[in-house]
Amino acid sequence: MTKELEYLSRRVATGKMSRRDFMGRAAALGVAAPMATSMLTTAAKAAGPQKGGVIKAGIQGGESTNSLDPATYASSVPFVNGRTFGDTLVNIKANGDLEHVLAEEVGSSDDAKIWTFKIRQGVEFHNGKSLTADDVVKTLERHSGEDTKSGALGIMRGIESMRADGNNVEVTLKEANADLPYLMADYHLIIQPDGGMDNPAAGIGTGPYTVKVDEPGVRHVFERNPNDWHSDRGHADQVEVVVINDATARTSALQGGQVHMIDRVEPKIVDLIKRLPGVTIQNVSGRGHYVFIMHCNTAPFDNNDLRLALKYAIDREEMVDKILRGYGGLGNDIPINAAYPLFSDDIPQRAFDPDKAAFHFKKSGHDGSVLLRTADGAFPGAVDAAQLFQASAKKAGINLEVKREPNDGYWSEVWNKQPFCASYWGGRPVQDQMFSTAYLTGADWNDTRFFNDTFDGLVKSARTELDPAKRKAIYRDAALILHNEGGLICPMFNDFIDASTDKVDGYEVDPAGQLMNGFALSKCWLKA
Amino acid sequence: MSHPLVILVAQRLALGILLLLAVSVVIFIGVELLPGDVAQAILGQSATPEALANLREELGLNESAWTRYFKWLGGALTGDLGTALTNGQSISESLGKRFGNTLFLAASAAVIAVPISVLLGLIAVRYRNTWVDKLISAITLTSISLPEFFIGYLLVYFFAVQLGWFTSVSTVYDGMAFGERIGAIMLPAITLTLVVLAHMMRMTRAAILNVMQSAYIETAELKGLPMFTIIRKHAFPNSIAPVINVIMLNLAYLVVGVVVVEVIFVYPGMGQYLVDHVIKRDLPVVQACGLVFAGVYIGLNMLADISAIIANPRLRHPK
Repeated sequence: MTKELEYLSRRVATGKMSRRDFMGRAAALGVAAPMATSMLTTAAKAAGPQKGGVIKAGIQGGESTNSLDPATYASSVPFVNGRTFGDTLVNIKANGDLEHVLAEEVGSSDDAKIWTFKIRQGVEFHNGKSLTADDVVKTLERHSGEDTKSGALGIMRGIESMRADGNNVEVTLKEANADLPYLMADYHLIIQPDGGMDNPAAGIGTGPYTVKVDEPGVRHVFERNPNDWHSDRGHADQVEVVVINDATARTSALQGGQVHMIDRVEPKIVDLIKRLPGVTIQNVSGRGHYVFIMHCNTAPFDNNDLRLALKYAIDREEMVDKILRGYGGLGNDIPINAAYPLFSDDIPQRAFDPDKAAFHFKKSGHDGSVLLRTADGAFPGAVDAAQLFQASAKKAGINLEVKREPNDGYWSEVWNKQPFCASYWGGRPVQDQMFSTAYLTGADWNDTRFFNDTFDGLVKSARTELDPAKRKAIYRDAALILHNEGGLICPMFNDFIDASTDKVDGYEVDPAGQLMNGFALSKCWLKA
Repeated sequence: MSHPLVILVAQRLALGILLLLAVSVVIFIGVELLPGDVAQAILGQSATPEALANLREELGLNESAWTRYFKWLGGALTGDLGTALTNGQSISESLGKRFGNTLFLAASAAVIAVPISVLLGLIAVRYRNTWVDKLISAITLTSISLPEFFIGYLLVYFFAVQLGWFTSVSTVYDGMAFGERIGAIMLPAITLTLVVLAHMMRMTRAAILNVMQSAYIETAELKGLPMFTIIRKHAFPNSIAPVINVIMLNLAYLVVGVVVVEVIFVYPGMGQYLVDHVIKRDLPVVQACGLVFAGVYIGLNMLADISAIIANPRLRHPK
C-alpha cells in the first residue's frame, strides 16, 4: 500500500496527477487525510532535481564498431551517446511541440521555402570554442554534401542552399516544407565545432556532458559539462552507458542494482519485471511499427486484390496480444498512428475477415501459395508473427509459405529486395517525413514499391499548406489511398518499454524514442 | 645441434608457421564469400545509393581481392592491422585491449580449472569405481552437459541477483584495481571452469588408468608403496603427454570459444568484438581476429606437441 501511495505522490509531484485525485485514492487506500498531505509534501520536496552521483544505463544496440561521429548513428547506444554530449538546433517535446535548443528562434518566409534559425549566443563547445552560425552551417553541410554517408542525408536533400548571416542561419529549400524545423531535430544533426569537418568522431558538442571514456561496444562514460548553457539538465556528476545487448543480462543488471535504467524490456517478461520491488516499467506507445511489406510492382503482389486478400487475412488483435503481449497498438495498414500530429482517427479499422480475404484472393486469380520471408532480426517476434499470419491466412484458404532467413545479411539481401518480407520502421517525427522516406514515388527506401501519382500529389500539396485543418484533411485522403492500395500490411505499433529503479527520478516517457527519446541520462537525477 | 629434440621442435615451429599462412589465405577467402558488403552493412536499413557508392569508394572496396590480401598480410607481419572500416579506430590497439581481456579471463578460468581437474582426476583414479569416483564423474559430466548460457544464467540468478555476492555485469576497463577486476570476472570464470572441468578431469583419469595397467606399476605395488605415491610418482609423470594435450585444447577453447559467456556477462573480450565486426562486414577486423585466433590455436597445439615431445624420455635421452 505504501509503495502505491509513494508512487502516486510522485505522480502528483511531477504533475501527472492532481492533488484532488491523490487525496481520493489515498482515502480509498484507507489513509487519513493529514498523513496523506504530509506524504505529498515529502514527495514534492524530493521531487526537485538533486545534484551529484553517477547514473548508469544498461542499453542494447551497441557494437564495438560504433563511432561517436553523429553521421554514422544507426543503433540505440550511439543515439543515446549523441543526446548526452551533443545538442541539435531544436528538439521535439514529448507532447509534439517544438523546443528551442541551439536555435533561439525559428522563422520562415510566408511560402515556407526560406527558414531562418537564430543561433543562441554564449554557448561553448566542450573544447572551449564559442558556438557560431558558421558551425551550424558547416554541420548541415557535412550531412548534406555529395560525399556524405550521413543517416540524415534523406532529410537534407530538400535543402537548396544555406548560409550564415550574423547570428542567423538561413536555409533555402528546393520545395516548400512546413515541417522543416521538425526535421532539424533529427538525432544525427548534432552541431559540432566547424561542423565536425576535421574530426567528426571527436565527440565534441555543446551538450550537458563531456565524453570521458569511449570504448565502443563496452561502455561510454560522460562527465558533467561545467560550462553547460542550460541549467535544467546534467544533474548527475557522471553518467555512464553500459552496453548490454543480452536481454536477460540487462534485466539482471537492473535487478542487481548495477544500472539505474534499461531499455527494451521484452514484452514477455514485462509482467515479471513489474513485480520486482523498486522497479518501474516505463512504457509509451510510439511511432515504431512492425510490418509485412509487399512490392506493388512485382507479381503476384502487383494485383491489388491479392494485396487486399492478405490485408484481410491477418489477425491484428492476435498479433498485438501474442507478439507484443498487449504492449502496443493496432496497425491499420498505414504507417501513421495517433502519436503523429495531424492524425485522423476516423479512418476505418481493418479487421481480420477470412470471407473478404477469400473473396479478394479468388478475384485476384492467383493460384498456389504465397512466399513470405522473415527472420528473427526483422523485428522481435517476427518469426512467430509470420507463423500466426500463416495460420490466420489458412482460415481464409490462402496458403502462406513462411521462409526463415538468417539475421545476418537480412537488411542487405532480403529487405527491399524480395517482394514480400517482414520488416520494421522506427517512425518519424511528422507524417510528411514518414511518407517521403518510404512511400513517395522517388523515396529513398520505397520498400513497398508504391508508385501512385494521386498520393504523391496529396503529400506534396500538404507541405505548402500552412492551415493545420486543411493539412489534416489532405493527410487523411493520402492515408486512405495507402490503406486501400498500398503494399504495406501493418499489424501493430510497438511500445517502447524501458524500466528504471526507484533510485532515479525525473523519468518522463517520450513517444519519439526509448529512454526519454535518448535524454534520460541528461535529464534524470539520483534521489537524495 | 643435431640433437633430435631440437630438430623435432624446429620442425613443429616451421609447420606451425606454414599452417598459419595457409589459414590466412582461407580466412581471406572465407570472408570474401560472405554475402553483402561492408558498405551496405555499415549503413544498414538507412542506406541511400549515393551514400553506398561514396562509402565503397572511400573504403577501397573496388580494388581486386588479391591486391587487398597482400596489402593486408604485409601489414599484419609488421604489426599494423590497419584501421577498422566501421569506426576508424586502430585495429591493433582495440584488438590488443580485447585480446588482453580474453587472455585474462581464460587465464583466470585456467588457474581455477586446471589444478582442480587434475586433482579430481587423481582422486578419481585412487578411488576408482567407488562412490567417490562416481560422484566426481557425475558432477563434472552434469556441468559439461548443461549449455554454458544456462550455467551462466543460473550463477547470475543465485550469486548476483539473490545473494548479491558477485556482479552480473563483468565489464572491465583500464584503471580498474586488480581486486576489483577479479571480482568482476568471478562468475564468467566459474562458468568456464564448469564447462571445461569434465573434459580435463576425464582425460586425466583415463590417461592414468591406462598407465596403471603397466608392469612397473605392479612392481611398485608389490614393493609396498602406498597407492597415492604410486600415482603421483610413477603413473602421473608417464601419462602427462595426453593430459597436457587436453589441457591445451581446453585453453584454446577458453580463448577462442567463449562468445556466449561474453555476451551473458557483458565481458569485453574478443568473441563479441569479432561477432560485431562480422555483422558489419568489417573485413580487416574479422581477418585480424581470425588470424589471432588461429595463431592462439596453432600456438597452443604446438606447445602441447612440444611438451609431449619433451616429456618423452626416449626423445630426451637418445641412444
